[in-house]
Amino acid sequence: MSSISTPAIAVNSLSAAPGEAARAKLKVSNLDFFYGDKHALKKINLDMGERRVTAMIGPSGCGKSTLLRVLNRMYDLYPGQRAEGQVLLDGYNILAGDMDPAVLRSRIGMVFQKPTPFPMSIYDNIAFGVRLHERIGKADMDERVEWCLSKAALWGEVKDRLTSSALGLSGGQQQRLCIARTIAVKPEVVLLDEPTSALDPISTAKIEELIDELKRDFTIVIVTHNMQQAARCADVTAFFYLGDLIEVGPTDKMFTTPTDGRTHDYITGRFG
Amino acid sequence: MTAIADASLDRAKHAEKARKKSPNGPRNVPGAGLDPIFKAVLYASGLLVLVLLGSIIVLLFQGGLPALIEFGVSFFWNTTWNPVTEKFSAGVMIYGTLFTGFLALLIALPMSFGIAFFLTEIAPVRLRRPVGMAIQLLAAVPSIIFGMWGFFVIVPLLAAYVEPPFITVFSGIPVIGALFKGPASGMGMFTSGLILSFMIIPFITAMFVEIIEAVPAMLKESAYGVGATTFEVFRHVSVPYGRTALVGAIMLGLGRALGETMAVTFVIGNATRISASLFAPGATIASTIANEFPEAPLGSLKNHSLLELGFALFVISFIVLSISRALVRGKSS
Amino acid sequence: MSSLARRRTVDVTMKAISTGFALISLCALAWILLTLLQKGLPALGLNVFTEVTLPPGQNGGLLNAIIGTLIQVGGAVLLGTPIGVMAGTFLAEAGRGSKFAGAVRFVNDILLSAPSILIGLFVYQMLVVPFGGYSGFAGIVALAIIVMPVVVRTTEDMLALVPSSLREAAFALGAPMWKVIVFVTWRAASNGIVTGLLLALARAAGETAPLLFTSLGNNGWSTDLSQPMASLPLAINTFAGSSFDDQVSLAWAGALLITVGVLALNILTRFALAPKK
Repeated sequence: MSSISTPAIAVNSLSAAPGEAARAKLKVSNLDFFYGDKHALKKINLDMGERRVTAMIGPSGCGKSTLLRVLNRMYDLYPGQRAEGQVLLDGYNILAGDMDPAVLRSRIGMVFQKPTPFPMSIYDNIAFGVRLHERIGKADMDERVEWCLSKAALWGEVKDRLTSSALGLSGGQQQRLCIARTIAVKPEVVLLDEPTSALDPISTAKIEELIDELKRDFTIVIVTHNMQQAARCADVTAFFYLGDLIEVGPTDKMFTTPTDGRTHDYITGRFG
Repeated sequence: MTAIADASLDRAKHAEKARKKSPNGPRNVPGAGLDPIFKAVLYASGLLVLVLLGSIIVLLFQGGLPALIEFGVSFFWNTTWNPVTEKFSAGVMIYGTLFTGFLALLIALPMSFGIAFFLTEIAPVRLRRPVGMAIQLLAAVPSIIFGMWGFFVIVPLLAAYVEPPFITVFSGIPVIGALFKGPASGMGMFTSGLILSFMIIPFITAMFVEIIEAVPAMLKESAYGVGATTFEVFRHVSVPYGRTALVGAIMLGLGRALGETMAVTFVIGNATRISASLFAPGATIASTIANEFPEAPLGSLKNHSLLELGFALFVISFIVLSISRALVRGKSS
Repeated sequence: MSSLARRRTVDVTMKAISTGFALISLCALAWILLTLLQKGLPALGLNVFTEVTLPPGQNGGLLNAIIGTLIQVGGAVLLGTPIGVMAGTFLAEAGRGSKFAGAVRFVNDILLSAPSILIGLFVYQMLVVPFGGYSGFAGIVALAIIVMPVVVRTTEDMLALVPSSLREAAFALGAPMWKVIVFVTWRAASNGIVTGLLLALARAAGETAPLLFTSLGNNGWSTDLSQPMASLPLAINTFAGSSFDDQVSLAWAGALLITVGVLALNILTRFALAPKK
């Protein structure tokens, strides 16, 4: 099992060249996770580089989505699920008892597998999240709405119907709205849980383009069932199997010369 | 390039915000403090529901207690109801309630099965929703309307065309004849049972349809696969599969019938004696309460007896409804 | 071979009988509606809406009864809906799986199907006896107790239909629980909740028994909630047994009005629910 060693680099460098080692924005340290008695994640150690895309791949039930949902304490909503170990965000353990989940979630956002537009107008969808954490006036809100919709490559398509219901958008548009909504609160990390599995190939391509854009400003962690997607989008790929982190490394290396036999078998389609 | 400068300004502002949002720093999530209050309101509302039922039980019991003390437990099976001598008991009413309820079930059961069969297997698909909806409208008709229709339309009809032939044919026969004796007034137990059955049929049918539709298609298809007819599949596959819930639905219908007031009050004739005949007037708990309450001054023994009757009805309903619920919800929870 | 023929005969016979039963049901509905139209329509003159109930022969109407019903049903909905929505929300969102929630659900199911006359008796004991008089307010409370369980049930059912991913998306933005429920979950289920409200309204409007011992009815004009109040079902009840034809006709007119209102509401809600599927 290899993990990236991270020499410190100036935090606010404008853009890290691909391949350059990055500071660990999120550091998962000896993490165990339990659904009741079921031991779903076993002593996971993983670093997610700042302003990098880290992909988590593996067969169904391997724990990749579980790990994602630990990162923003989504499991808190469900009694009987518990995490042990540490997850450090900029050095601070987010699993600690005095962590306010609402504040954490303003710094780590999540986009779900199925597009989840709220039953409100497009404008209100975005304003809802922003208003949770900031008090800003209408002009600033308008600006924010335009900014995040532009970043999500949706502005052109919806700028004339911001007050219409978000439910009237197509699947791909809805998912881009969810992305816009998530980045509108200006998080530092964006978690993507199989964001394109419910979408058609064209929408999928658009969103993968987006991910490439977004990583300039945000740290991205993406769970994907689609290996080709990981190969296309990610800087670092981690392979999970039955609750263990089998192997992690730069994407190129993972897909061409993986070290572990199981990684090799999964990538070549021996099982999945 | 402005873009880069903008981006860097963006990031600087962003880092500033991030520092402000440190988890152990000042909370800037407006409105989070309302959560405990909101949760408390939710729990309180749930509690209110429980308190309501508790209060109903207590108040009804309390109201009827003087009658229970005066007459003892035999209140529930004696059949005297005499306002003059101030001797009251519930026997006639409990008998009437149960008898009309079961009579209604007797009529409603085959009809509900048949209509459910029709709606799930026979009717062309496009007719199913409208017909189902129309039958459900019958359930929405208020009880007093059934009472009016029953009294002004059905009663004269029964008195003129249905009851006389039955009486002449059957009343001479030993044993069964007792069921058909008496003047053909058109009112009485049978009429009440009939009207009640029409009130509960849509109710039971709707539940039947839901239960039958939940039978896995594969099960039905395997039966068709060995050559069973539609009715045979219905009778030997669908119904047995859902039989627990079906019985629960039937009991729910019974529960409704037992508590019906206005429809029954109009057509039952309000007797104070038990009679074996279907065509004789009778009384149910609900109809008696409705009829006698205006003449039961506050604090009188009659008033308390009526409240005790109410308590009895509550206990009967509670038992029937609980059993029904256990049967219907049993598999889903 | 004759066994097959016999089975076929049974099948056809059963189908015919079942279709017959369905027809009988529909005929019953049609018969009731026809009777209402036949007997109620002629009596539905303008005076029904402009005059209050008067002694026979004076060309009275049902104005006080109509207004009384509107006031009491309206009040019942105002009183019973917030509690019902909150309790339903509790069952769907906060209580899940706890024994307490199980008990609440059970009790609510009992209240939903309990005889309405007992609700009337309960409110009689609670509000009429201690305060020494029948009142419109007692009528409102009795009807509210009819309304509430319906709203609890439909609210819980509708909220349960909202996909959990929608809630999670709101939490993921950092929203506190109350905002998730109020701004996202309730909004998503709003159609269904309103439907439940209308169904509860229709049911309350048609109830007679709970009003017999609470608001009692009133032969004159009164909108005073502390006094007995008229309502359509009670007026129908009083006039139906009258020996005067014009009053019996009024009873039919009232019956027609109530039935049309209740059925219209029911049909409306079924069409409102349809687009969802």
